[in-house]
Amino acid sequence: MTETQSAPARTAARLLRTPYFWGIVAIALLLLVNVLRDPGYLAITVNPANGNLVGNLVDILRAAAPILMIAVGMCLVIATGGIDLSVGSIMVVSGAVAMEFLNAAAAPDSVLAALAAFLLAVAFGAILGAVNGILVSVVGLQPFISTLVILLAGRGLAKVITEGQNTAASNEPFRWIANGYLVGLPVVLLFAVLIVIAVGLLVRRSALGLMIEAIGMDPKAARLAGIKRRSLLMTVYIASGILAGIAGVFATASVMTVDVSRTGYQLELDAILAVVIGGTSLAGGKFNLGGTVVGALLIATLDKTVVFLGISSSATPAFKAIVIVVLCLLQSERVRQLFRQRRAPGTFVPSKETIPA
Amino acid sequence: MRMDAAAHDPVVQMLGISVDFPGTRALDGVDLTLYPGEVHALMGENGAGKSTIVKALTGAYRVSAGEIRINGSPVSFTGTAGAEAEGIAAAFQEVDLCGNLSIGENVMLGREVRGRWGISWAATHRRASEILAELGLADLDPRAPLGALAPAIQQLVAIARAMVVHPKVLVLDEPTSSLEPVEVERLFRVIRRLRDQGVAILFVSHFLEQVFAISDRVTVLRDGRSQGVYPTRDLDRTELISLMMGQDIATLRTIGSQRRAHRVDPRGAPLFRAQGVGRRGEIEPTDLDLHRGEVVGLGGLRGSGRSELALLVAGVMRRDSGSMSVAGKQVGAAGPGAGTRSRVAFASEDRRDGGVIGELSLQDNLILALQAQRGWARPISRDERDAVVEHFMAAFNITAPSPATPVRYLSGGNQQKVLLARWLATRPRVMVLDEPTRGVDMASKVEIQARVAEMAMEGVAVLFISSELEEVVRLSDRIVVLKDRRKIGEVSNGPGVTVDTIIEMIAADNELDD
Repeated sequence: MTETQSAPARTAARLLRTPYFWGIVAIALLLLVNVLRDPGYLAITVNPANGNLVGNLVDILRAAAPILMIAVGMCLVIATGGIDLSVGSIMVVSGAVAMEFLNAAAAPDSVLAALAAFLLAVAFGAILGAVNGILVSVVGLQPFISTLVILLAGRGLAKVITEGQNTAASNEPFRWIANGYLVGLPVVLLFAVLIVIAVGLLVRRSALGLMIEAIGMDPKAARLAGIKRRSLLMTVYIASGILAGIAGVFATASVMTVDVSRTGYQLELDAILAVVIGGTSLAGGKFNLGGTVVGALLIATLDKTVVFLGISSSATPAFKAIVIVVLCLLQSERVRQLFRQRRAPGTFVPSKETIPA
Repeated sequence: MRMDAAAHDPVVQMLGISVDFPGTRALDGVDLTLYPGEVHALMGENGAGKSTIVKALTGAYRVSAGEIRINGSPVSFTGTAGAEAEGIAAAFQEVDLCGNLSIGENVMLGREVRGRWGISWAATHRRASEILAELGLADLDPRAPLGALAPAIQQLVAIARAMVVHPKVLVLDEPTSSLEPVEVERLFRVIRRLRDQGVAILFVSHFLEQVFAISDRVTVLRDGRSQGVYPTRDLDRTELISLMMGQDIATLRTIGSQRRAHRVDPRGAPLFRAQGVGRRGEIEPTDLDLHRGEVVGLGGLRGSGRSELALLVAGVMRRDSGSMSVAGKQVGAAGPGAGTRSRVAFASEDRRDGGVIGELSLQDNLILALQAQRGWARPISRDERDAVVEHFMAAFNITAPSPATPVRYLSGGNQQKVLLARWLATRPRVMVLDEPTRGVDMASKVEIQARVAEMAMEGVAVLFISSELEEVVRLSDRIVVLKDRRKIGEVSNGPGVTVDTIIEMIAADNELDD
C-alpha cells in the first residue's frame, strides 16, 4: 500500500499523523464559519492614524497571549507526569500584587513603577510555583493535590492582598504591555511569542527537554540514570509559576483592574486542554510545545467565535465541549485505527508490537 | 502415570504457519503439533519467533499463511477470545494480574460467579479455592491480597487464572524467568499435574535444564523457521544448543579461557573500598574491595543480600553505617547522584524497573546517563550523540530498525545491551551489574559476558551479580559469597573453583549455624 503512494500523498499522510494537525483544521474551520457569517472577518487593516494592524485575527492573537503563557508552563509540568492546577490562581495573585503596587505608587505614569510591578508579579508567580515544587518534589505529595491547594489558597490570597476589592490602578506604561503596539503589532503578542520561543529554545537546545521527558516516562529509571529529579521538578513548577505570573500581568493590564473572582478563573482548564489538543499525553513523557501553541490558539479562536456568533452565554460551555470532544476523538489512536480498518479491510495492523519479539 | 502422547490424536496442529509484520516475515512456514497430556517445549533465542507463534496460537496475531487445526478441524482466530473459546489459555512472562485485588478475585476476574443479587463473592471465592486446590495450591487463601505474594506464587496464580475455563491447551510463555529453583520445582509439580489431567502444555523457556526436566518433546526455532521436533529423551544438550544458536557456544568457551588467562591477583591499593558498609534490615556491615580491571562476582541466592549490597555500593540506597571511597576519595551517602559523580555506574536488576525507558528512543536511552552526568546545560550535540550511538550499537551488536526506535520495541537482549551501553558511555571506574543476563537469549548472554570481560580488560572494576553461578565462576577474578544478608566468605577464582565450591560454602555455613 505504502509503495504505491506518491510523494505528496506521503507528505499528506505524515501531516495527518502530526498530533496537532486536527487542531489546525479546527482553527481553520472556525475561521471559515466566521467568514461565512461575515465575509470581511479575516480582513486586517492598518489604522492610518498610527500604523497599527487591526482586525479580528489580531484580536484573537491578543486574547491567546495569556493562555499561551500558562499552556507552555503546563506543557512542561504535564511532561514530567504532573499537573499544575494552580496557574489560574497564580494569575490572580500576581495581577492583584501588580494592581495594589501601582495603586499605592505615587507616580502613575512612571516606567520604573510599571517595571517594578511586573517584576513583583513575576516574583509572586515564582514563589507560588516554588511552593508547588516543594510540595511535589520534596514533600512528595501528588501534583494534583499540591497544586489544588494553591488553586484554592491563591484566590484567597488575592482577596487578602486587595482586601476583597477589585483594585484598579492607572499606569500608562503598564497598560502598554497589554494594549500597546510596537511596529504595528500588539506588544502583548510580541512578548508572548518571544517568551514561547525562548522557552522552546531553552528546553530543546539544552538537555532539559530530554530530562523532563525521561522523568515523565519513568521516574525511577531516570533517577537511577543520575537525573536530579528534585531540582528538575522544582525548575518546572517554578517556570510554570513565572509564566502564570506573566499571564496575570497580561490579563490585568488590559483593563488595569484585577477582578479577584474572575481574573484567571478556570484558565488552568483551558491550559490543560491546549496541552492535550497539542498532542502531549497527560500521562507525561513526550511533549510538544508547537502543538501546545496550536492548542492555545484554538482555544482563543473558539472563545472569540462564540462571542462573534452571538451564542448565548449559557450555551457557550456546551459549544466548547462539542468542539473539543470531536477534536479528541479525531486524535484518538483507536478511533483512527477504526477508520483505517474500514478503509483497508483485511490488512493486518499490529496494534503495538511492530517488531517481532 | 504419564499418558503416552502418541496414542492420542493431536489437539493442536499448526501447519506451515507464517506471520508477516510490515517489512519482515517473523515466522516462516512453521509446524507445531501438540498432543493432549504432553509438555511441549518451544526453544529458540529471542527473535527466533517463539513469542510470535505463541501469539498466533492464542489469537493475538493473525497468520498470513498456514492453517491452525483444533481437534482436527480448521479454525481461524480473529482475537484472543476466539482462541479461548477453542480451549486455548495462556499465562505470560510478565504476570498480568492486579496486585491490589485478592487472589480469588484475580483468579476469577471476568468470570465471577453470579447469584440472584449480582456477583456472589462467597461462591466466587469458593470456586477460586477449588481451582487452586486442583493445582495443588490449597494453601493459598483466596481472600488474601495478591500483592503480598512472592512473584513465583503470583505466577502460579496466573496459571490458576488460565485454568478457570478448563482449557485443553495451556501456553506458558517464560514462566520461570524470575523464579528461584525451589519455586520452579513447585511450578513444575503444577505443570505435571495438569499434564496428567490431559492438558497439552506449550512451555516456552530459555533455560535448558528446565526444558530437559519437564518437557516430553521439543520444537526448536531459529530465525522464524523450525529446526525440527525432537523427543526430549533422545536429545543431547550440546545438540540442542547448537541447533538453537550455532557458533555462540564456542565464543562462550573462549571468554572463559581468556578470562582465566588474564586472571591476576590484585595488587596495590583498591580502586573502590567499602568498609563496614551496611544498612539495617537490608545487609549487615560488609567490607568490599574492588581493584582496577577486576571482576568480582557476588555469589548467593536471591534474597541473600546481593542486590542490596549492589545498591549500597552504587550509592542508590543510603547506607547507615560504614564508609566508601573511590580512588582514595570518600563518597557521600546520598542518592544515585553521589554514585555517578564518583563514576560508579549501576545497571539495575530488572531492566524494565529502573532500567531502560521503554517510550524513549534507543539513542536517548543510550546517552541518558552521560547527559545526566554532564548536566542539563551542556547538551550532547547531535553529532556526538550519533557517534556514541553508532559506536555502541556496533560494539554491542545491538539490532534495531533505527536509533530513533523506542526501546520497548526491541527484544529483551537488545534492551539489556542498551542499558549496559548507557553506563559504559559514561566511562565508569566502577561498574555494578545486577543480573545483566537475566531473561535474555543465549546470543545476547554471550555478548554481554564478552563485554563484561572487555570492560575489565580496559581497567573498569566490575561487581557482577548473576543467579547463574556458572556465569559468576566463568567471569569473576574473585567471588564474594553472601548468605542471609551477610558476607560469609571470599574465594579467589582459579582452576579448582567451580559452581559446587560456592554452593558448598553456602551449605557449610548453614551447618555451622545449627
